[in-house]
Amino acid sequence: MKTETIAAIATGLTDSGIGIVRISGPDAFAVIRKIFRKKNGAAADLSRSHTVQYGYLYEDDKEDSEKLDEVLVVIMKGPHSYTGEDTAEIDCHGGVLMMRKILEAVLRHGARAAEPGEFTKRAFLNGRIDLSQAEAVIDVISAKNDLALKNSMRQLSGSESAKIRGLREKILYEIAYIESALDDPEHISLDGYREKLKTGLKEIIAQVKKLIDSADYGRMVSEGIRTVIVGKPNAGKSSLMNVLLGEDRAIVTEIAGTTRDTLEEQVRFGDISLQITDTAGIRDTEDVIEKIGVDRARNAASGADLIIYVIDSSVPLDENDSEILDMISGQKAIILLNKSDLPAVVDPDRIRADARFAGHPVITVSARDESGFDELKDTIREMFYRGAIHANDEVLITNLRHKEALVSAHQSLMMVMESIENGLPEDFFSIDLTDAYAQLGSIIGEAVEDDVVNEIFSRFCMGK
Amino acid sequence: MAVLEEYYDIVVVGAGHAGCEAALACARLGLETIMFTVSVDSIALMPCNPNIGGSSKGHLVRELDALGGEMGKNIDKTFIQSRMLNESKGPAVHSLRAQADKQDYSRQMRKTLENTDHLTIRQAEVSEIVTEEISSDGGKKYRISGVKTVSGAVYHAKAVVLATGTYLKARCIFGDVSNYTGPNGLQAANHLTDSLKAHGIEMYRFKTGTPARVDRRSLDFSKMEEQPGDEYIQPFSFSTDPDSVQKKQVSCWLTYTNERTHEIIRQNLDRSPLFSGEIEGTGPRYCPSIEDKVVKFPDKERHQIFVEPEGLYTNEMYLSGMSSSLPEDVQHAMYKTVPGLEHVKIVRNAYAIEYDCINSLQLAPTLEFKTIEGLFSGGQFNGSSGYEEAAVQGFMAGVNAAMKVLGREPYVLDRSQAYIGVLIDDLVTKENHEPYRMMTSRAEYRLLLRQDNADLRLRAVGHEIGLVSDEEYEKTCEKKRKIEEEIRRLERTNIGVNPQVQEFLMQHKSTPLKSGITLAELVRRPELDYVMLTELDEERPNLARDIIEQVNINIKYEGYIRRQEQQVEQFKKLEKKRLSVNFDYCRIKGLRLEAAQKLNLYKPVSIGQASRISGVSPADISVLLVYFEKYGGNNV
Repeated sequence: MKTETIAAIATGLTDSGIGIVRISGPDAFAVIRKIFRKKNGAAADLSRSHTVQYGYLYEDDKEDSEKLDEVLVVIMKGPHSYTGEDTAEIDCHGGVLMMRKILEAVLRHGARAAEPGEFTKRAFLNGRIDLSQAEAVIDVISAKNDLALKNSMRQLSGSESAKIRGLREKILYEIAYIESALDDPEHISLDGYREKLKTGLKEIIAQVKKLIDSADYGRMVSEGIRTVIVGKPNAGKSSLMNVLLGEDRAIVTEIAGTTRDTLEEQVRFGDISLQITDTAGIRDTEDVIEKIGVDRARNAASGADLIIYVIDSSVPLDENDSEILDMISGQKAIILLNKSDLPAVVDPDRIRADARFAGHPVITVSARDESGFDELKDTIREMFYRGAIHANDEVLITNLRHKEALVSAHQSLMMVMESIENGLPEDFFSIDLTDAYAQLGSIIGEAVEDDVVNEIFSRFCMGK
Repeated sequence: MAVLEEYYDIVVVGAGHAGCEAALACARLGLETIMFTVSVDSIALMPCNPNIGGSSKGHLVRELDALGGEMGKNIDKTFIQSRMLNESKGPAVHSLRAQADKQDYSRQMRKTLENTDHLTIRQAEVSEIVTEEISSDGGKKYRISGVKTVSGAVYHAKAVVLATGTYLKARCIFGDVSNYTGPNGLQAANHLTDSLKAHGIEMYRFKTGTPARVDRRSLDFSKMEEQPGDEYIQPFSFSTDPDSVQKKQVSCWLTYTNERTHEIIRQNLDRSPLFSGEIEGTGPRYCPSIEDKVVKFPDKERHQIFVEPEGLYTNEMYLSGMSSSLPEDVQHAMYKTVPGLEHVKIVRNAYAIEYDCINSLQLAPTLEFKTIEGLFSGGQFNGSSGYEEAAVQGFMAGVNAAMKVLGREPYVLDRSQAYIGVLIDDLVTKENHEPYRMMTSRAEYRLLLRQDNADLRLRAVGHEIGLVSDEEYEKTCEKKRKIEEEIRRLERTNIGVNPQVQEFLMQHKSTPLKSGITLAELVRRPELDYVMLTELDEERPNLARDIIEQVNINIKYEGYIRRQEQQVEQFKKLEKKRLSVNFDYCRIKGLRLEAAQKLNLYKPVSIGQASRISGVSPADISVLLVYFEKYGGNNV
């Protein structure tokens, strides 16, 4: 029985500058052999266990492959490793992007993304963890799984999961069509079906490809530090967001309360990634829609890794500000005094001294002049490296898992195309279609179960 | 008061397709077996469609045959037309279907039963199961000790197989007419349900239906399309000599409903017991009544009707596709709108039938009741539908009842071994609220579970059970050897580049060779196959048709077959991790509450089965794995 080789980022995405990508399983060393070269260009020496080697990690094993990072590789032969299996650890620079790139390279060369708690589970099953720790292991698995499930859902934006659902529906229809014809050949015919399927399939494949590409940009799933911009109406939250994004993403007007829903975007400062949510301005309001927006803002703020509290420095603080301060108490925050281009009535030093602001860093900016933003970026970076902000490592892993699932769904769909070209019988199509269906389902947390049978009965008139 | 008392090893209740297989299996294994039926004249009755097999059902029959069951042999003796369905599609979905002479089918099966040693047939209605209570931690548990008939007679037995079909509290309905009878006006069994309920068994009420039977002389076949049988007939049974079944066949006929038919149905829907709420049972979605089809698929302009003979010695024809429970006058009116049926004379009305069956989640994969030791069940009683589904369950229930009595290990086929395994696993693992029909889409490893290799998959199991003779088994082993040998030869035989070869390839629109290639590689090309390559293959041995078929399939679809084999390996890993059915899952902290509740309700026998229960997540399975790794899989 061949055990699969698994990989994951073993360190959190926080503080230190070093990240570790761990690979465990029978092909762990084979992966290293493919994508690691020592400084002198030689392959890794895998003859001895518990050695550390210095060199570079590459995109792939081709001659002209791109150098990804300068790394240390630790080789541990099973059973003398944490999991009890052959294990390689790549110590790399700890940026979110870099770790992700390295993990992706590893996944392309024979490993698959580890399930939540899978290293621990293997360690346990291979007898590397004392039996008395069984309950602890179970806790780890359930906790990590809960987190992963939550993330899996949270990371998918509504439109992306709707897209995946739509694709699945189309695929399911095709499976059910083929299957109903197989089960009831006298009532349902497959004449001329191949061409029809081919046309439909091209469209589906194109859409899956698009999703894969967008996963590369990190748009499909949001990753990084969950940052929520809060503030009173017309404090300039949306303008701030636009400056950070470098585009007019949010609608900015002079009218207070323009942003009525939350907007989400992805921003990178060098190696740091922010998932920024712009929220509706927080104030006591009678407007029903605006009220919903305010509630959403509260929700977003409560789940944030970092809060950017935007204050219009040209108007005095009022009871709405107290409300916001209550809302963000206990969280990491940066206070942004916006509109420095206008005469100031709010004094930064008085804010710093104000106990209600809990010692949060205070930065003066002007979204209109785009001034003060370098200080903001430096502050965020500094907080991140200091470990003041914790981003959740499951987020990144989930993202990669999604991409992996999309890639294998794509492969399965291409197999169907190939089978059509090669004139294979229709029942082979549904084998690969079902694989694609299951892969897409794993992204939105839906299993196959009896979908096909139900679809057959609801769509096609069967039988005697 | 003195009552009749008799002693047997095994009691089988019911003599339909499940009961017959159960009784034969037990008696053939040397156990004293008694089979009860409400009417000896209706042994192996086919109360609905006059055929055996069809998509995925054909697979079941061949698997049953490979294991040593009777259905395949019996249909080979009594068929009047045979077709291999889906021949233009992949080998996994080829399906054999034969039209039966119903009376002959029943008569031949009865003859076989009557001539089987250790088998007693008794006409009587079983009204009670007799049990003794045994102690258990989790709720009441019983052990079976026999059955009681309506007349009070007691039949002691070490194991009992229930195969009551559609007879329990059966009710037949059309229009506002309803009769408390089993199919065909046969006596219903009205008492057993209460006895089962008293033992805590949960019952469901299911429904199914059948179309009218009509007089052949009243039909105009010139308005229908003829559906002849195959030119070359393949038998169902691996023991039947193919040459012996090449005989003259009768035809079926195809016609269609039309808008007028649908209009009549729509106008009379208020008189349908299905829509008025008169019928409470849950019907199967895969064989809906014609009124169901018209309502659910209003855009369909016509529905196919197959007119099929019921036998050689009767004029009755079966109207496949038009089952109904509409009133008599509506039935007449709607049938008469169908081309060829303008002057139709109905012999028997279409009707719906309601009956009691069990919630099959109460069964272990051996088909033994979890709470009543020694009580097994099979067939429609378990909530399935179809003769073939019934027969295979009856067989497995019978075999496991016998194993119990003999003190041997039970036989459970898994999802990677047989459609039978898929069928039973589904029944005992998944919520089922309609009569369950086998479908090829339910089998995840169907490329491996083909009807053509059922013998290669299951003969060994049948032999080990003791229902396949040494001689039959040796035949299969020999076949296997020849297949492997020929595949090896093709993998080794190189074809060089020469004008004859290039010419041949051009002729068959296949790319010419650039360098030498093995014969196997050529077989793999989509446009070629084993038989076509005969002229390039100088050393080809003379092989039987079934061997050639295996060689061709195994080489041609090797990639896909290998992929499924790898999936099976993964699957088997979890199947092998056994769970105790007495374990309380609430003891495992870390399991989500929903999962623990589901697991306690289903009591799966393996982690594999647990993973198929809806509501149990992969993380829950990880938790189970770790937990049982710690405490040991078998001692929980």
